[in-house]
Amino acid sequence: MAHEERMAEVMRSSYGRLLAILASTSGDILIAEDALSDAFAKALIHWPSDMPKNPEAWLLTVARHRLIDVRRRDARIDFRDELPEPQGPEGHPADIPDDRLKLMFVCAHPAIDARMHTPLMLQTVLGLDSEVIARAFLLPHTTMAKRLVRAKRKIRDTAVAFQVPDREDLPARLTAVLEAIYAAFSQDWMGDGPLAQEALFLATLLVDLVPDDAEVLGLAAVIAFSLSRDAARVDGDRFVALEDQDPSKWNTALIHRATAYLSRAQALGHIGRFQLEAAIQSVHADRLHTGITNWPALVQLHLGLSHIAPTIGATVSYAAALGKVGKPDEGLAALLRIEAKVLAGFAPGQATRAYLLAELGRIGEAVAAYEVAIALTQEPALRRHLEGKRAALGAQLM
Amino acid sequence: MRYTFLTYSRPEDFANVPPEELGQLKGLFGAYIGSLKAAGILVGVDWLQPVSNATTVSDGGDRIHDGPFAETKETLGGYMTIEVPDLDTAISWAKKCPMAKYGAVEIRPTAMDA
Repeated sequence: MAHEERMAEVMRSSYGRLLAILASTSGDILIAEDALSDAFAKALIHWPSDMPKNPEAWLLTVARHRLIDVRRRDARIDFRDELPEPQGPEGHPADIPDDRLKLMFVCAHPAIDARMHTPLMLQTVLGLDSEVIARAFLLPHTTMAKRLVRAKRKIRDTAVAFQVPDREDLPARLTAVLEAIYAAFSQDWMGDGPLAQEALFLATLLVDLVPDDAEVLGLAAVIAFSLSRDAARVDGDRFVALEDQDPSKWNTALIHRATAYLSRAQALGHIGRFQLEAAIQSVHADRLHTGITNWPALVQLHLGLSHIAPTIGATVSYAAALGKVGKPDEGLAALLRIEAKVLAGFAPGQATRAYLLAELGRIGEAVAAYEVAIALTQEPALRRHLEGKRAALGAQLM
Repeated sequence: MRYTFLTYSRPEDFANVPPEELGQLKGLFGAYIGSLKAAGILVGVDWLQPVSNATTVSDGGDRIHDGPFAETKETLGGYMTIEVPDLDTAISWAKKCPMAKYGAVEIRPTAMDA
């Protein structure tokens, strides 16, 4: 049994690394996937009786043979199926190059439909099943599977380059990779879905591959900070807002890791969106030691974020922070900068509006805004949280 | 791999461009084609007369009509075919094409190699 577990572990941990090598040499993810699954199938047959010293190198050799076989078959030449030496090639994993960064750049390539960047990365770098990916993106499995194949065909048929972009293109291309990882994370920001841990793995991998980029470090910090609060985010069946969470339930190991990423990012002296988001998270995490939340600092950071990355979410968070420093009127004014139609359909915006109205004593309007927010919210724990807020206000109205 | 750049623009966008700028554009194009030649990657190039001078043959040759195949706002103005190793190299050349500024450059890989 331990043997089988070890085999499964080798396969899981080496999947992306091996696929990246096979795909970047062939320029074809589809053929690389076939060759790798063929190698895994052969391993299942041969390893139980003869586990190679270096399983990764064994798999790579078998898969490469398979790639050559397929080429020969396409060229209508006879071939002989060969297995590597029983003990596998000598040499250790360090000899196997890491092409995963190239693969990540291909997955988030501007010639590929942006909606497919994250699914492609999850499938090729992590080996995630298309069914799991489809579920996370709320799509039928066949639809997701078809889109993945279409994207891989485009990569092959248009000869997308498996390379690290040159200096001129690098910033924009790296941003696309970061956004794809962030999308995996935000798909599962409650931390209970299949993608949150995967996003942390991808962000950590990117830190290893690009160790001196402030935004790469910032993203890893954001995700680690968020995951550190998994156990505190839900109480029973109800969502708990960050400022109401019990810090003793936070994962201090992840907070340390996140803080270390953030310090490295800050030392590089270049402010970006993810670093600012991480700084915001870090202020919240400080409550673990200080017992209080430094809201004035958060107002400044949220203001900075809404300038550097003017998204609706950033404006809403800034407005909420203003409420916490006794300026709910300014918070409401900030919300008005969002287009009315957009705000009307954005649940966090409506919830924040409700909170700010309640702070101003406009209870009736606040209850109405909570009702809109509840109607826009699907997630059960979040709904119960909002319903609790509304009920508390309703009691005041009685 | 062989890639063809199809350059599209809206004729109406050029209506208000001053003649001296149009002349400049010609010069820019000449320089661009020159750089493709110098890099040894140019396979073919042409610059087309406006769609008002197009004649379209269809229905197995039974139908011949005045005008383009499809009436669209953006019209095909020309093409360049280059031979480069990959899409990323093709994109970097397309970014330098003057038509990327005045219209759009559609990159289409060849289907003849497959």
